[in-house]
Amino acid sequence: MTGTETVLGAATERREGREKVTGTARYAAEYTGPGRAHARPVPAAVARGRVTGVDAAPALALPGVLAVLTHENAPRLAQPDDPVLAVLQGPEVPHRGWPVALVVAETPEAARAGAAAVRVTCAAEPHDVTLTAGHPGSYVPEEANGGHPAVRERGDQDAAFAASEVRIDTEYRVPPLHNHPMEPHASTARWKGDRLTVRTSSQGTNAVRATLAQLFEVPEEGISVTAEHVGGGFGSKGTPRPDVVLAALAARHTGRTVTVAFPRRLLPSLVGHRAPTLHRLRLGAGRDGRLTCLGHEVATHTSRIKEFVEQAAVPARVMYAAPHSRTAHRVVRLDVPTPSWMRAPGEAPGMYALESAMDELATELGLDPVELRVRNEPAEEPDSGRPFSSRHLVECLREGARRFGWADRDPRPRSRAEGPLLVGTGVAAATYPVLVAPSTASAWALPDGGFVVRINATDIGTGARTVLAQVAADALGVPTERVRTEVGSSALPAASLAGGSSGTASWGWAVHEACVRLAERLATLPGPVPEDGIGAHADTTGEADAGSAYARHAFGAHFAEVTVDTVTGEVRARRLLGVYAAGRILNARTARSQFVGGMTMGLGMALTEDSHVDPAFGDFAESDLASYHVPAHADAVGIEAHWVAEEDAHLNPMGSKGIGEIGIVGTAAAIGNAVHHATGVRFRELPLTPDRVLTGLLAHETPAGTFGG
Amino acid sequence: MDSHDRTATTGHAQPDTTDTTLRVNGKPHTLAVDHRRVLLDLLREDLGLTGAKKGCDHGQCGACTVLVDGRRVNSCLLLAVTLDGAEVTTVEGLAGDGEDLHPLQRAFLDRDAFQCGYCTPGQLCSALGVLAEAAAGHPSHVTDPATPSGAPVPLTREEIRERLSGNLCRCGAYPRIADAVEDVM
Ligand code: FES
Ligand code: FES
Repeated sequence: MTGTETVLGAATERREGREKVTGTARYAAEYTGPGRAHARPVPAAVARGRVTGVDAAPALALPGVLAVLTHENAPRLAQPDDPVLAVLQGPEVPHRGWPVALVVAETPEAARAGAAAVRVTCAAEPHDVTLTAGHPGSYVPEEANGGHPAVRERGDQDAAFAASEVRIDTEYRVPPLHNHPMEPHASTARWKGDRLTVRTSSQGTNAVRATLAQLFEVPEEGISVTAEHVGGGFGSKGTPRPDVVLAALAARHTGRTVTVAFPRRLLPSLVGHRAPTLHRLRLGAGRDGRLTCLGHEVATHTSRIKEFVEQAAVPARVMYAAPHSRTAHRVVRLDVPTPSWMRAPGEAPGMYALESAMDELATELGLDPVELRVRNEPAEEPDSGRPFSSRHLVECLREGARRFGWADRDPRPRSRAEGPLLVGTGVAAATYPVLVAPSTASAWALPDGGFVVRINATDIGTGARTVLAQVAADALGVPTERVRTEVGSSALPAASLAGGSSGTASWGWAVHEACVRLAERLATLPGPVPEDGIGAHADTTGEADAGSAYARHAFGAHFAEVTVDTVTGEVRARRLLGVYAAGRILNARTARSQFVGGMTMGLGMALTEDSHVDPAFGDFAESDLASYHVPAHADAVGIEAHWVAEEDAHLNPMGSKGIGEIGIVGTAAAIGNAVHHATGVRFRELPLTPDRVLTGLLAHETPAGTFGG
Repeated sequence: MDSHDRTATTGHAQPDTTDTTLRVNGKPHTLAVDHRRVLLDLLREDLGLTGAKKGCDHGQCGACTVLVDGRRVNSCLLLAVTLDGAEVTTVEGLAGDGEDLHPLQRAFLDRDAFQCGYCTPGQLCSALGVLAEAAAGHPSHVTDPATPSGAPVPLTREEIRERLSGNLCRCGAYPRIADAVEDVM
C-alpha cells in the first residue's frame, strides 16, 4: 500500500478514551435537557392472558406523574416486523414482564412511584414455560437464526453411528443466559411536529430509524437517531428494542422529551436472552480417532409471538471431517419472553456441547484431545464442500498447547491435587463465521491537511472510531492522527450494525473504498485542496454482500486450568488462554481487550451464569445482578489472548475477520473439560456451580444408595 | 388529554423536600431534595454530572461508585437528604482543573482498561477508594490475618481483584483494570 503498513495493526489508543475516563462521554439516558420527563414501564404480572382493566387514578394522584399510557390510550403504531415492538397496542399478554402500562413523570422517583401505583387487572390463562427435550409442542422450524437450514444431513448418520467402533452418545444442557450490558437499555425521544429526535443505546441506529419511521408512519428523513456512546450490548441492542418505541410513544403522547431507561430487573424479559438449549450428540469414530459420523440435535424454546431459533447445531457443520452427519434443531413456542442474540448465538452453546463431547471421545479413545482435533481436521468445509478461505485451527491448537505447557500434562483424570483442591486442564476449539454487510461511507480531505471519515458505525466498546481511523489512514497513506472519524448518528452515511462480529469488516470496507477514491482524486488535483475540502463516497452494496466461493470463518483454541474444591464444590479458573486465527488484527490493543472480554463472558457461562424460567410464575428467577452472577474482578485470573498471523485474501480489503464473539465460544467447554480432568466426573449441565459439582463429586465417590438417595 | 392524564385539579401535590447542602468536586450546592432521591440521581439529574452511572440502582454493580468524605460508596444506595454537609467527589472531579488527567485515569488509557466505558467511572472511584483503604490498613477478605492491625496492607494482585469485586464490568476489562491500578501504586 502506501508506506504506512504499520498503521493497521498498531496498538493505537482509543479515541474516546479521555471522555470515558473523565465522565464526559454521554450515554442515551444522559441527555438531561430542561423539561425532560422520565417514563417507567409497568410489567405484566401474569405469564399469559389479557389486560382487563388499568386503573391509572392512584398513579395520577401522585405528585409529578404526568400521564399513564396503556393499550387504550397510547398512540397507534403500524404493525411492526418485530412483534416485540408492538407495545401498548393491545390487551394481550404474551409473557410475564410484557409492558402493560407506561408511567411518565417529572422525575425518576415519581415515575417509579407511579408505576407501583397503577392497578392492572389481567385475566390469566394457563401457561407453559418449561422446555423439555420431548415437548409435545416442539416442531422443526424452516430456519434457525442466521438463515441456516434447521436440518442438514450427509450420508446416513444413524447407520454410521450403529456401525462405529467407538460411540459417544451424550447430552448437554445450557440454561437461558442474559446479556446484561452494564448500561441498561435506554432511549430519549422528542417530537417536534412530525420530526423525531432520538438518543438510544443501540448497536445500529439505521435500523432504529427505519423501524421508527415504519411504526409511526413518518418519513425517515424526519427522524434523527444517535448512539454516540453505548454501554455494551452483546447482541441485546442489535435490533431496536421496546425502550425506543416506548420513549417515542410517551414523547408523542405528552409532548415532552422523555427518557425510558429500563430498570435492570426488566432486562431479561424485555431485551432478549440466549434461549436454553438441550443438546444430544452422537459421535462415532474408529479406534484411530477419526470421526465416522457426527450428530448434533438441539431443542430450544421461543416465545408465542416470535420464532427465534438458537442455531446451536450449526458449528458442527463447520468443525470436523465426518462422512456422515445430521445436525438438526427443534423449537417449541412457550409463554416466555422472546429470545434473541447473545454474544455468539449458536456457536457459544453449540460449541460448548460439541467440544465437550469431543473431550468425551478423546477420553474414550485414550487419545490426547488436541491430537483428536488435529486428526479430524477437514480438507474443506464439511457441510458445503467449499474450501476454507483460511482456517489455521491446528496452528491455534499447537501454539496454544506450546504457550500453555500442555505437553507436561498427565492425561489421567484426577491426577493432580493440592490439598483439598483437584487441579485439571482442558482444551476446546472455537469457531465463528465471517459476516459482513454493505455499508456506505464518505471521506473528506480538508485544506489544513486533515481528513474526516463519516460513517454511521456504532462504537459499543469495540473502538470503532479508532480502528476506522487506522483503516482510513492506511488507505490514504497518512498518519492516523490526521484522520478524524465521525460515527454514531443516522445523519451520517448509512452503515450496518455492530453485531455478528461484522462491524469493523463492513464499515472498514466502506471506509477503505471511500479513502482509496479520495486518494485518487487528490492525486489528480491540480492545485491545493479547496476551502470546503474535497470528498469521495463509497457504497459496498453488491461487493460486501456478494457470495463467496469460500467458507469463511475465524477459529481459535482455548485452554483452561481449573481447581475444584472437594470440600465446597467450588470451581475456579486459574488460567484461561486463547489463541485465535482471525485474519489480520487491525488494532492489537483493542483486539486483545475484545478477546479477553469474550473469554471472561465464557467464564461466566461456564461457572456462574444461571437462569431459570420459574414454572409457576413464568418469569426469570434470576433477573438482577444480585442473582444472575456475571464474573467479577476476583474471578478474572490469568486470562490471556494471543493470535496467529493469518493472511486471507478472500475477506475484505483489510484482510480481517471478526473478533468480538469468538472469545466466548470455546471457553466454557475448555473449563468443563478441565473440570473433568481434575475430578474424573463429567458434568453435562452449565453452569458448574458448587451445588452441582459437590453433588456430582459425592455421587462419584460414594457407592450408590449411601448418599442422599 | 384523556382520563389517563393528570388534570389541573390534581396537579398541585408536591413531593416532600428538604434543603440540603453538599460540596461536589469542591463546589457547594444547596438543593431542595426530594426525600426519595438518592445521591446518584442528585448528581445526574440535578447537577448534570452524569459521570456516575446507573447500572442497577440496587447496589449490585458498582457503576455508581463515588467518594463521599473520601470513602467509596454506591451512590444509588444513599438517600441524598442524609448527606447534608458531605464532601462528594465524582469522576468529573478526579482530574482537577486543567488538562492533566489523574494518574489513574492516565493509567486506564495506557492499559486500555475499558471498552464500552460504562463501568469506568465507578472503577476509577472505587480504585481510589481501595488505595486509600489499603493505605489506612483496612483488611479485606484475602488479607493475611497475620498482617499487623492498622499497618498499610500491601496491594497484591489478589488484593486488588478482591477489593474491586463490587465493580462489575461486563466487557471483561478486569485484567487491564488491575494492571492500571498497579501502575499507580
Ligand atoms: S447503580 Fe449503584 S450499584 Fe449499580
Ligand atoms: S468497560 Fe464496559 S462494562 Fe466495563
